[in-house]
Amino acid sequence: MEKLLEVKNLTKVFTMGSILSRVRLTAADDVSFYIKPGEIFTLAGESGCGKTTTAKIILGFEEPTSGTIIHEGKDRAETKGKKVWQEEGIQAIFQDPFGTFNPLRVVDRYFFETVQNFKLAATKREAIDVIDETLRLVGLSYEEFAGKYPSEFSGGQLQRVSIARALLTKPNLLIADEPVSMVDASLRMSIVNLFKRLKEEGNLGVLYITHDLATAYYVSERIAIMFRGNIVEIGPVEKVLMEPKHPYSQLLRESIPEADPTKRWSKRIVLAETEEEEYMRVGCKFAGRCPHVMNICKEQAPKDIDVDGVLVKCYLYNGTSATPRQ
Amino acid sequence: MNETILRTEGLKTFYILDVFGTQKIVKAVNDVNLNIRTNEVYGIAGESGCGKTTLLKALAAAIEPPLRLVDGYIFYYVDGKAVDVATLSPEAKRKLRLDYIAYVPQGSMSALNPVIKLKETYQDFISSHVSGKTKEETIQLAEQHITELGLPPKILDSYPHQLSGGMRQRVTIALAALLKPSIIIADEPTTALDVVVQRGVVQLLMDIQKRLKNTIILVTHDMGVQANIADRVGIMYAGKIVEESTTEKIYGVPQHPYTKFLIDSLPQFGDKSTRQSVPGSPPSLIDLPSGCAFHPRCPHAMGICTEQTPDLITLDTDHKVACWLVGGEHGKTA
Repeated sequence: MEKLLEVKNLTKVFTMGSILSRVRLTAADDVSFYIKPGEIFTLAGESGCGKTTTAKIILGFEEPTSGTIIHEGKDRAETKGKKVWQEEGIQAIFQDPFGTFNPLRVVDRYFFETVQNFKLAATKREAIDVIDETLRLVGLSYEEFAGKYPSEFSGGQLQRVSIARALLTKPNLLIADEPVSMVDASLRMSIVNLFKRLKEEGNLGVLYITHDLATAYYVSERIAIMFRGNIVEIGPVEKVLMEPKHPYSQLLRESIPEADPTKRWSKRIVLAETEEEEYMRVGCKFAGRCPHVMNICKEQAPKDIDVDGVLVKCYLYNGTSATPRQ
Repeated sequence: MNETILRTEGLKTFYILDVFGTQKIVKAVNDVNLNIRTNEVYGIAGESGCGKTTLLKALAAAIEPPLRLVDGYIFYYVDGKAVDVATLSPEAKRKLRLDYIAYVPQGSMSALNPVIKLKETYQDFISSHVSGKTKEETIQLAEQHITELGLPPKILDSYPHQLSGGMRQRVTIALAALLKPSIIIADEPTTALDVVVQRGVVQLLMDIQKRLKNTIILVTHDMGVQANIADRVGIMYAGKIVEESTTEKIYGVPQHPYTKFLIDSLPQFGDKSTRQSVPGSPPSLIDLPSGCAFHPRCPHAMGICTEQTPDLITLDTDHKVACWLVGGEHGKTA
């Protein structure tokens, strides 16, 4: 099977504190996944679970402590030292579109700069054509965008502008880090539908990083649920989200508010007191909040177990194919 | 039926801006009549830029230039007596706040003073509203309050940056509930939080409401959160309430096309069919479309929609809607 991007055993350790009280925090712990060409792959999990760290490493902003990243059959180690986004067809968009652009700068200048840096056009006329063509992909046009400052766009529009900026260089992989969490729920669909269309028409691979499982289910084929640096469950969305196996995935799935007043939350949940505490935990990181916790969970970290085509890191499935008690 | 605790009458608050000699008027809240009752969670929903936050500012009596109260009244019912807020002196307003009404603004997780510990923030709040307490007593009160709401008391000894966003959000909500106010106004308290923490924040709001039996006015664009917590929901569009009813009716039998769009645009599990967001974008509040402000985006727009603004009419008990499709003299159902 052809793979667009493969991440193998990626580990990133941050050290914090002074020399005397050094704390080692494993932000990404043995993370492995792959993305096929023209596929939308979701990396989901709560804030501070290592999603963004993983994205930064793929984009080359951070060096991994260990592990390999293979993009289009090329090992990242070979392009080391060069600018990843210039050497490879990877582009990124971020959570806050108003933070992406300088508020005192006209947005179209970013586009002309990109055209210049990547030598996409020889003259200004040509550059405008290239920019207009890309803007049309996201449902905007050059006329309604030229000479405007970021504040003159709405949040949804500006996010589409930042997607157009990323598409200008014709990447084959788009890293979208929480692209819809700052956008109105009603406008979210326009961004997510855009990913779907780009995937179908342009064969664009997308790494969709989010905590919004509803849009993840809607848009992607495969999903990985991340918790405190570990991928705890990975598989097709239909299986992972419709019948979540890991207790953490179950909690995430239950916590999505449904637009139906008859389906209110009845169970109470326990929130983590601090992130650090969970990162420092020996064994399964979820043990402190898990309703099915056993002794072994607190001693040893669980390994991946294949249950019905889904990889799950949980002792509940050790040796059996039983489903956990609800 | 519960008694009224807060009422507005034809409320109009506009931002009046002077841009290089030309006056621009942003009609952020345009003729809003609300009747909020005791012991209920009232949700206000709508897209960004429809005037939700401005309405809350007006309700909290925090109208400051360039925002101006153009017309209408805001009444607080303090001990059963109606008080016209606009006539109060700043000192009287300050006294009402935190004790009678508490406001949790948007992005309130960044509202805490970053250079002092949380217990000092609590002390500031307590000492400015309750007199005659020693330092030890105030800290004790804060600790007791935090524990009651299920937050770890050790956070009082930390600085805001040491806590996660969700924890800070819960601390500010707890702070707002400190003096047991009759009304808590929360502006987008769960936006930009992930789903599990969001559920924790909603859980905290519900706990407070159950304990104090007070009123919560909750603004959020997330229709899922509204469905989970609100007793009644008002849908706001371009500075007006276009539909208002009990949560069951808003989600069960929505009447306004805009409400239908808001609910239908949410993706559902087990259904991968293509969903559309509301077409177009919200109108500019400086230059509103004629007639019904929603007509340029409405699939059912008729001739009358471009000419006259529909009134908010009562369909049956507790269900009000402003749309020419429903009720009105030219009415026909969609």
